[in-house]
Amino acid sequence: MADGAQTPKDIVSIALTVNGAARTVAVDPFQSLATALRDGLGLIGTKVGCDAGDCGACTVILDGEQVCACLVSAAQADGAAVETVEGAGPDGITDRLRRAFLEHGAAQCGICTPGMLMAATDVLAREPGAGREAVEDALGGVLCRCTGYVKILDAVMSVAGEVDASKGVGGPPSRTMTAWGGESDGGREDRCVGGPPSRTMTAWDVESDGGRADKGVGGPPSRTMTARVEDGDGGRVARDEGDGGFLSVGRRIARLDGWGKVAGTEVFGADAAPAEALWVRVLRSPYARATFAIGDLESVRSRVPGLEAIVTARDVPGENSFGIFPTTKDQPVFADGHVRFRGEAIAALVGTKEAVESVSDADLPIAWTVLPPLTGVEAALAAEAPALHAGSPGNVLTRGYLKRGDAETGHQGAAATAEGRFETAFVEHAYIEPEAGFAEPVGDRMEVSACTQAPYMDLEETARVLGVAHDKVRIRPTACGGGFGGKLDASIQPILAVAAHATGRPVRIVYSRAESMASTTKRHPAKIRARYSADADGRFMAFDMDGDFNTGAYASWGPTVANRVPVHATGPYRVPHVTARTRAVYTNETPSGAFRGFGVPQAAIAHETLIDDLAEKLGLDRWEIRRRNAIGTGDETATGQRLASAGLPQCLDALKPEWEAGLARAAEWNRGEGRVRRGVGIACMWYGCGNTSLPNPSTMRITLSRDGRLTFHNGAVDIGQGSTTVLTQIAAEALGVPAEAFRLVVGDTDLTADAGKTSASRQTLVSGNAARLAGEALRKGVLSLANAGPEARISIAEGVLTIADGEATRRIEISSLPADEAGVVLAGEGTWDPPTSPLDAEGQGVPYASYGFAAQMAEVAVDTALGTVKVLAIHAAHDVGRAINPTLTEGQIHGGIAQGLGLALMEEFIPGRTENLHDYLIPTVGDMPEMTIHLIEDPEPVGPFGAKGVGEPALVATAPAILSAIRHATGARMTRVPVLPHRLWEALQEGGR
Amino acid sequence: MARYYRPDTLAEALAIRAEKVITVLAGGTDIVPARTARAGWGDMSRTDILDVSRLQELRGIDETADGYRFGALTTWTELRRAALPAAFAGWQAAAKDVGGRQVQNRGTIAGNLCTASPAGDGIPCLLSLDAAVELTSAGGVRTVPVGDFVTGYRTTALRADELVTAVVVPRPAEGAVGAFAKLGARRYLVISIAMAAGVIAVGEDGRIRSAALAVGACSARAQRLLRLEAALVGVPAGAAVSAVEPELLDELTPIDDIRASGDYRRAAALTLVRDIVGGLAGDGERRVA
Repeated sequence: MADGAQTPKDIVSIALTVNGAARTVAVDPFQSLATALRDGLGLIGTKVGCDAGDCGACTVILDGEQVCACLVSAAQADGAAVETVEGAGPDGITDRLRRAFLEHGAAQCGICTPGMLMAATDVLAREPGAGREAVEDALGGVLCRCTGYVKILDAVMSVAGEVDASKGVGGPPSRTMTAWGGESDGGREDRCVGGPPSRTMTAWDVESDGGRADKGVGGPPSRTMTARVEDGDGGRVARDEGDGGFLSVGRRIARLDGWGKVAGTEVFGADAAPAEALWVRVLRSPYARATFAIGDLESVRSRVPGLEAIVTARDVPGENSFGIFPTTKDQPVFADGHVRFRGEAIAALVGTKEAVESVSDADLPIAWTVLPPLTGVEAALAAEAPALHAGSPGNVLTRGYLKRGDAETGHQGAAATAEGRFETAFVEHAYIEPEAGFAEPVGDRMEVSACTQAPYMDLEETARVLGVAHDKVRIRPTACGGGFGGKLDASIQPILAVAAHATGRPVRIVYSRAESMASTTKRHPAKIRARYSADADGRFMAFDMDGDFNTGAYASWGPTVANRVPVHATGPYRVPHVTARTRAVYTNETPSGAFRGFGVPQAAIAHETLIDDLAEKLGLDRWEIRRRNAIGTGDETATGQRLASAGLPQCLDALKPEWEAGLARAAEWNRGEGRVRRGVGIACMWYGCGNTSLPNPSTMRITLSRDGRLTFHNGAVDIGQGSTTVLTQIAAEALGVPAEAFRLVVGDTDLTADAGKTSASRQTLVSGNAARLAGEALRKGVLSLANAGPEARISIAEGVLTIADGEATRRIEISSLPADEAGVVLAGEGTWDPPTSPLDAEGQGVPYASYGFAAQMAEVAVDTALGTVKVLAIHAAHDVGRAINPTLTEGQIHGGIAQGLGLALMEEFIPGRTENLHDYLIPTVGDMPEMTIHLIEDPEPVGPFGAKGVGEPALVATAPAILSAIRHATGARMTRVPVLPHRLWEALQEGGR
Repeated sequence: MARYYRPDTLAEALAIRAEKVITVLAGGTDIVPARTARAGWGDMSRTDILDVSRLQELRGIDETADGYRFGALTTWTELRRAALPAAFAGWQAAAKDVGGRQVQNRGTIAGNLCTASPAGDGIPCLLSLDAAVELTSAGGVRTVPVGDFVTGYRTTALRADELVTAVVVPRPAEGAVGAFAKLGARRYLVISIAMAAGVIAVGEDGRIRSAALAVGACSARAQRLLRLEAALVGVPAGAAVSAVEPELLDELTPIDDIRASGDYRRAAALTLVRDIVGGLAGDGERRVA
């Protein structure tokens, strides 16, 4: 690059070496290296999560040292050597790590994976046999929100050649798992993996559907994945009677969508768009409550070259509102003269990237009248508070209620009663991928491609906002770089659709971290008062609670939280007398929506703390009181539902040895005089899988086409949790073929049926059953071709369908079978909706078809002088019904524990204050405890092969277990989370109570 | 129209600096997040940039007749890896705790000073080392003690025509050992709630011969604890911790913010300082013994 000055418009050329190849790229010198790599060189493997050096997703190696590519100006990369995830790495280290990540299940959503791989490459290139501490130091700058870092560390340490078996992280699960490579010890070596070129089992790649490739824009692919079975035997695997007779279920296969994630080729929301797409930049309210008037926008638009449109509420062709429930569509796409929270969209600039980035908000004629905001539920519930929404006087959006027996009478007859008030904060999902995607008018239809958890809901919202029929909208989900509930609500989809409609052009958007945090939903802050009573033996007698949940400016999932919490309010225990009342309350704060647990984690903090109180009052061990009351199979819940599967007693029993050992370890430590005290805590949870008393069906379809291809049409969005793999394993099991036999078509509303949302821990249960039914239906069709019996074995290879029934083997040329117009010769479809019943006025009924259960135990060390808490270990026992893929199940639990730890100790979103990932803290690799996991398989009769959900259950028990341990260590009964160091210190100053 | 300058020589850079108000860019670990934060709320404005990363005059760590000279572009990683006397151990420990490796590989010691955040981890370390900042303009060079360079909350004595060209540290006293303690709400990538740095020398007689202590994030700018230092001199190493009385830290004026309360910060600072004094004095005692 020449010396001296360049203006940003005077694009300069820089020369650099990327993955060993000399490249030149034209850049604005102050744009980031990340932008130069992505936009200039098309190397989309480098992800941008924050543009501030806070998340490490964009980590690359620059002249031998790992750096955040977002912090390096493009000019500074002139003459440098850059290694990215697309390269093999020095001595092939990146390639080795890639395979290890796939093998260990270290990539979930995959958005942090390139950064992790490069950070790991950096340390191993420098120190090939690096120890764990050096590895943690090297990975400490990359945030992962999915994995709890456990399997990432396992993968890196395996490459470092220092896998420490005694770590036992993730440990051998409590039953023997079999991998395709043979009997596995639960260890690391024998996993069945792809890693494409090297091993034989599977290699998956994303195959464009052709439509987009023709335009040369690359994506977003309709996410069609093709399995190539390279060992030529059709991937046929003998059934192993040692593993329940299952072919696919229960096996630790590498995730079927994993290769793109470790290769850096996975296409996330920001990674593709039509080349001619305009950019959208949203203008947002800096005020929590205000009215505004917009002046002459045309005069601004016309003087900025490349600015095609400034869209506002007036440009919304259909309804200017969206929301989860038909009766709560209260959030405008663009506010119409009145904003209710800081970060609310009021307009959007649409034009070239340069144009939309050249106009500041202050350049636009917007006259604000700031009004005093309602902050917190007390302010919103105050008599004099203005109503924020017509139709919700008193600002109460919804009430939830449950009554069983007579709680007052129950309390009166008790030997001990405990009462408390509890408070939780807004919690940010902090997925590392900010919302991104594009919309494109195609004929008379609108196609929206974005990261999402709910394609069909996006379709409905988009159609409504455009004022068109549902069939005029197509949603093509990109890979989703983390969701956790935060990508259930529409965010960018309606904005993109309006902008594309207004301009008639494809448009794209990438949210900044700040606007993602300021404008999208949060976990509801809760204020809970609750009371729990027990008899002299510690048997629970009565429970009552009142909970107020701050739902923020718009309804979102507020009704779900208000309705789900009463059902779960007691915790997973037998309680004869229960009253639970909840309210979702509007305020002028960020909308609260869905976040892993829908209010249940907040409620668990209350009930578990009170149970510790009861144990203390009654002189009972904390494990013991839970075991005595643990709800089990055949018991009735507070809604009057009799449970067909409840493995909580087994979970508690699995933890008992660790509980005793942990208590002994803490007692031994605390014999010393030091200021660091240790404690052990325990908590239980339950969680109903699926929507609360509402239909939430899923439909799955498998086709066999004339060309011999077996295709699984799966509309469930895999947000990293692994549904693509798990549902395929289930379908494979039901059909009787290996999981690799399928070509996968995932989550495109034109190509897949509605599988419902990826939420409420429902995909394994609900879509799993649909996949099972689809597989069974196709199997029935196949067997009928040969009049074969139910035990017959099916295989499909090279256009031949082979059906072996006892001694008889029938071979059918698939191309000889009659096909429909789509070339399909046989299809199997399955639809399943969980059997539930409505809750009556007293909350009685069958809200969920299945519940997941867990007990978790925490061991902590507290520095009593500083109030800091180090979680040393979490031991988790989870009843998952059946672990369809134990590696993925463990990954869910690890990640849930990490989020639970964050909820307990560090996470607090404050609008206007913590809108970035350096003020809003999520756990880093160095904050992770040792984790041991016990998978309890209490088969769910209605579950596919006995399985139930685990996504949300993973998180719920962690925070209360940590609070229990802090109290055990110090005596401080913490009732407000997060337990920031100063809060614990203040509690300790007050004598710990 | 914002312009981007990336000169090769200090003289060119100083000429540009003399000519206009311009943002100086080195590692970008503060400048870029600030730009991102502004853009996040619709301030798309850009200032002219003077990228000093190519100035070889600003690189390198050298031992001089009087002590050590650290080029302004010295990164945290270069500092951490350098072979330096034990008095620098605190500053080097801070270098390991700033952000993550990515930030340490880019962020510079001078940038940390110029940002002048009360939570800047390097600043108390430099105060405890009696470091000074070498400021160069077209008109010449001046050297300003770190305590005078950082003038307040995110403000410095840097003139608009100057660049920080080096950090200079006088040769540490014989036997002086440094330490640093950082308190944050997570392990990596964390802005300090409070931090303390110290350099202490214990004499042959087992008594503290010299002590330099500083605390950050507990006042608008990091503070040396002069009264405490005076109280510690002559104290037997074994009794040093008990000499750290709370009232000797009253230079601190901690505030409440999202990370912690002021009361807590005051108490935490006391604990951190005691930890440092205890550790260093204990080390010194062992060394003497």
